[in-house]
Amino acid sequence: MNFSPSLHFKTYLLIFVMVIFGPLGNVLLGRGMKRIGAVGVATPPEALNFLSRILTSGTIWLGIGSLAIFFLANMLVLSWADYSYVQPASSVAYGMSALLAHFLLHEVITPMRWMGVLLICLGVLVVGHTPPRTTGPG
Amino acid sequence: MIIFIFYLLIIGAGTGGELCVSRAMKELGEVKDFRPAALVGVIIRALRVPWMWAGLGLMATAFFSLLAVLSRQNVSLVVPVTALSYGAGALGGKFFLGEQVTSRRWAGVLLVCIGVAVVLMGRGN
Repeated sequence: MNFSPSLHFKTYLLIFVMVIFGPLGNVLLGRGMKRIGAVGVATPPEALNFLSRILTSGTIWLGIGSLAIFFLANMLVLSWADYSYVQPASSVAYGMSALLAHFLLHEVITPMRWMGVLLICLGVLVVGHTPPRTTGPG
Repeated sequence: MIIFIFYLLIIGAGTGGELCVSRAMKELGEVKDFRPAALVGVIIRALRVPWMWAGLGLMATAFFSLLAVLSRQNVSLVVPVTALSYGAGALGGKFFLGEQVTSRRWAGVLLVCIGVAVVLMGRGN
């Protein structure tokens, strides 16, 4: 299969956008949801209460905005690159999420958990050395 | 138990949603023009593909499940666990989208899954 340097560049650029805005969105959602607290969703009134608390949180909306940018980049890169390439390649985001959770949310991350994140990132490097597209152009 | 169901939804519906979006975008073809007006056009064309709507529905389900889990557990635990979708994603890429998943790519996915297991074992809070 053929893939040009420009195809690689576009792929890396959009994966970079995904790696920044995906974790940022998750951390903002995490902060927003921690403020809201554990809410039951078993009954319709509980679910409505849960929804209204989500929709009135500025932090959640910032998280949704970040994830919308992530989603657009994801959508565009999937117009040419394999899903089984993009998905693991973007998992550098897991390291980024751990860093942001540690520094912005002050979560305690054990050495073993850092080791796990490192293994995830290593898996990404292995996948990154495979071609982005193995099927014919759309 | 409820947390387990939410994780299943995040992984199952999230991966299913991304596979549907991927299929929709492959039907549209490679995006070459990145100007804002052209991107709006791409989004409008994408929304005319039924796979995109299936994908958005599944991803919305995964999103609200993620919110529910994040209200109970830390980001540094929740996010790595969702990486389990990588195994499901590689299988879906191969069988649903017809991608050739090479042995090297499988090896990468395996490393990611081992990493997730280690993150789970390192759960300290």
